[in-house]
Order: sequence, then C-alpha cells, then structure tokens
Amino acid sequence: MTTALSLPQVRRGGRRGPRMLWQRRRLPWLPLAIIAFVLVLPALLAPLITVHDPLRGVLGDRLLPPVWQDGGTWTYPLGTDKQGRDVLTRLVYGARISLLVSTAAIVVGALVGTTLGLVAGYFGGFVDKVIGWLVDTFQSLPMVLFALVVVAAIGPSFVTIIAIISATIWAVFARLVRGETLSVRESAYVARARVAGASAPRILLRHVLPNVANSLVVMATLQVGVVILEEASLSFIGAGIPRPQPSWGIMVADGREQLLSSWWLSFFPGVAILVVVLSLNLVGDWLRDYLDPKLRQQV
Amino acid sequence: MGRYVLLNVIRGILTLLAISVIVFFLARLTGDPIDVLGPENMAPIDEQALRDKWGLNGSLVEQYFAFLGNAVRGDFGPSFKYPDESATSVIADRIPRSLQLGLAGVLLTVLIGIPLGVLAAARRGSWYDRVAKGIALFGQSVPEFWLAIMLVWVFAVQLGVVRTSGRAGWSSIVLPSIVMAVFGIAALLRLFRSSMLDTLGSEYVKLARLKGLPRSRVVWKHALKPAASGPLTFFATIAVRLLTGATVVEIVFAWPGAGLLAYEAANARDFPVVQALAMITSTAIVVMNLLVDILYAYLDPRVRLGQKVMA
Repeated sequence: MTTALSLPQVRRGGRRGPRMLWQRRRLPWLPLAIIAFVLVLPALLAPLITVHDPLRGVLGDRLLPPVWQDGGTWTYPLGTDKQGRDVLTRLVYGARISLLVSTAAIVVGALVGTTLGLVAGYFGGFVDKVIGWLVDTFQSLPMVLFALVVVAAIGPSFVTIIAIISATIWAVFARLVRGETLSVRESAYVARARVAGASAPRILLRHVLPNVANSLVVMATLQVGVVILEEASLSFIGAGIPRPQPSWGIMVADGREQLLSSWWLSFFPGVAILVVVLSLNLVGDWLRDYLDPKLRQQV
Repeated sequence: MGRYVLLNVIRGILTLLAISVIVFFLARLTGDPIDVLGPENMAPIDEQALRDKWGLNGSLVEQYFAFLGNAVRGDFGPSFKYPDESATSVIADRIPRSLQLGLAGVLLTVLIGIPLGVLAAARRGSWYDRVAKGIALFGQSVPEFWLAIMLVWVFAVQLGVVRTSGRAGWSSIVLPSIVMAVFGIAALLRLFRSSMLDTLGSEYVKLARLKGLPRSRVVWKHALKPAASGPLTFFATIAVRLLTGATVVEIVFAWPGAGLLAYEAANARDFPVVQALAMITSTAIVVMNLLVDILYAYLDPRVRLGQKVMA
C-alpha cells in the first residue's frame, strides 16, 4: 500500500518528473466546484435562483425540449415535463432533497454507529458481542426489500427514508470505530488517563474519539455519494421520497414513460446524480489519502 | 478448526433469528393479516378457522414463534395475492430467473473486473491504469437505474440491436447483465488493483523476477494468488446481491425474477411472500458470509486461532 505521501516516496518516482505536480496533495478543484455548483449552492439557494414553481407547471408549456433543440426556449433551458414543470428548476430543488437526506442520514447513522462502536471497542466482552450481533444483522438484511416493506407499512416520507438509510449505514460506522477503538485502547495515554482516574465516558470522548475523528470524517465523506445513490434508487422504485417532490430519482422514473419523445426528462437528473456522486467519490478518495491512508484497504 | 466453524455457525443462526424478528414485526406494523386474508364481515367461526389454519392465534409473541416454527420448515403461509399458492412456491417460480440473470452478472463481473484490476496494478501509472481508474470511478458513481434506461434508449430504441424487456432469446439478457455487473466490476477492479500493488511490491515477487521468470507469469501466478484472498469477502457480497435478485434492474427491464417479485409483493402488501423473500435472501447472505469466514480460516491459520489480522 504505497501511496506517494511522504517526501522520499515522491522522490523515488522522480523518473516520472512531469507528474510530480499532481502527485502532491493539491485540492481536487474540479470535483469541489461541481459539488458546490450542482449540489450545495442550488440546495441552499433554491428559491432565490429559480423563477418557476418546482411542483406546479404551466400546462400550455408541456414537454418542451431543451433550448438548443427545435422548439426550445430560454424560459426553460433544459425543457419541461409532461405537467409543464421546468426541468432545471426541479433539478435545483432536487439538489435540496439529496443534500438534506444525505446529511441527515449520515449524521444519524454516524452518531449511532460511533456510539455503539466506541462502547463495543472499549468495553469488549459481552457488550461487544451483542453490538457485533446487531452489526451482523443489519449488514445481512436485504436493504431494498427492507425499504419496500417499511414504506408499504408506514408510507413514504422524508423521515421514513432518512430512517431507512440510517439503518443501512450505521453498521459501517460502528465497525470502523470499533476497530480503531480497539487499537487506541491499548495505548499508553489511555492507560495513563485511566490511572489518573478518568471515567469511561471521559476517556472515550476526550482521548479515544479525537483519535478516530480522521477516519470518521473520511468515512462520512465517502458515504455521502453512497447515500445519494441509495436515496435516488429508492425514490426511483417508489420507496423513497413521496411524489410530487422533485427527487432526482423520481425525475428519472417519471421521464421513463416519455423516453422516446422526450429524452431530456430522464437524462439530466441522471447526469446530475452521476457528476455529483463521482465528484464526492473523488473528494472522498483525496481526503482519505490526505488524512488517513491506512483506511484505504478497508473501503 | 471445528470449534471455529461451530462458533461461526451459531453466530449465523443468531443473526437469522434477529432478522426473523425484524421481518415478522415489520410486516405486522400494517395490522392484522386476517383483514387481508378473509372476506369482510367474516363470521366469527370462519375467522377462528382461518386463524387456526395460519397460526394467527394468541398474542403477537406466540404468533412470532408460530411464524418462526413454520419458517424453519420453509412454510410462510399462502400468498395473499395468489391465495391458491404458498408464498414459497410463488418464490420458487421466480428464483431460477434471477439466478440466470445473476450468474450472467457475476460472470461479467469476474471476467472483466479481475483482469482489469490486475493489469492496472501491473502497469501502474500508465495510460491504461488511468483508464481503468476512470472505469472504476464511473462504475461506483453511476446510478444503476439511469444507466439501464440510457442503455435501453441507445441500444434498443436508437440502434435496435437488442430487445428491451422481458425474457425473449439471448439478446434480452445482455443489457440487464451489463447493468448489474457495472458496480461489481468497479469494486473488484479497485480491490484487485490495490491488493496486487501490495503483493507486487513484496520480496518473494521480486525473487521470482530475479530468478528469471517471465513477468506475465509472475503477475498472473505468483502475485495474483495471494492478492486474491483480500477481495474475497467483497466478492461474496456482490455475488449474493446479484444472485438473489437485483430489484432495480429487474424493474427497469421487466425481468420476472425474485427482485421484481419483491417489488410487486411489497406494493400488493403480500406479506407472506415478502417475509419469505426476506428470510431466503438473508439466509443466502449469512451462509455466504459463513463460507467466506471458513475459507479465510482455512487459508490463514491466524484467523482460526483468533488473532487479529489486518484485512
């Protein structure tokens, strides 16, 4: 696992001189820009930067093509759907859903997973066995089926989808944190804190948690893309965000009926998902190499 | 070794027990199945007969144990949607179709993912390596359902080379199996690339080269064998996912397998079928994980002796 992190390694690759520039850990500007302009800024500023209503369309302007095709107009740069709603406006509001769901699901999943992982790794024994059993259980559940049943039982909503996705990702965090905690637990400073009379919660929060923080940040970043894909897939099959909310997954699903005549309906939301998730993966990889190269093997 | 296997089997059974609890009580969130099973305003005597027949007597806890007892014997009750058939037989009809598609997907994943990863590691830093990385990145990031729709649009609608849906001849399996394989290819490519880089840098590989063995033989034989054990766990996950029916892909291509059945059954509130599917799929996952654990222990004595191994 040799990543060109330390100076000597970079020098050893000196034969490949011209590539030295990007081998240094420079910020991945393009992916960051895509995340900012396709996901974060639209999500935060949606009502300010759009003129159309994302939910109600103009029935006279149904199924207009993008501006560069015959019949397209600048009023609707990426065309309209069969209810006369502006595709670009819905994409912008869709970013809001992606960002909201992924942030909420990861915060909940990481909180639950980190707490259980810290406890399991630090105390070991029976507690560790029980938590390990929970992790096994949730990692062996067929998740799409699980989501379909939950939604059939209690109906689709934002809370439902966030709960479902958190339930699918907490185990990843628990496993990671447990492993890191196991190795930190044996270190001299934890032993000394214990001798000094620090309580278990204090040791976990003040001494163990800061040492697993890097791995946590990397894992959380890598999970954002996974969660956005998951939300879009579940929404696509009707087990996610309820209609008429403009989730990117729902937009692809709705556009499918008009694929032959109106390709832009399914195409653009899919491109939005692809470029955002791709950028998130690139940033996650970069962050991992930068903060926590040993995580490389685990993900 | 015997003790290790036994412990892992017990662990797997405990996991399945926990899943059965989740599966049973989730389905009961919607209410009493008797409302779906029988006609409205049923006579109390008929209702009692139905309850006796399907183990719906007594408290929820008693019902859970009745469910568990029947489930162990493979009996999940009648399908709500097709009352003449048992849930198990409804599923049994669909599983071969999912297996067919899943096998094609697994085959593509292995045949494309592993060689791409090995070559990328062997030619690290070359243009080839960069293309391979690009493929891996794309495969990890592209939404399956969207890729499926776009492939149908291009190859079936625009070019008319393959059939769009259903199971009609060999060409109908091409697009769905490609879509199913894309994520797995990306994952295997990454995993094999990084584990191959590890082994290629090791002493014994250098020795094999120094002995004068041809480079291709060193890469494909000496280095690949030890490198393959790491990605094994992940491959098991992918294989189970593909073989037990990929719901999203089956929906888009109208492929009548277990994945599509799960979607139909959940929407029709056909809970016996959903419960049976969930239990069968989880059992497949648990068994696969168990096999991988045992294989690891067999390959690496440190595992079965309970030592920590960096995986």
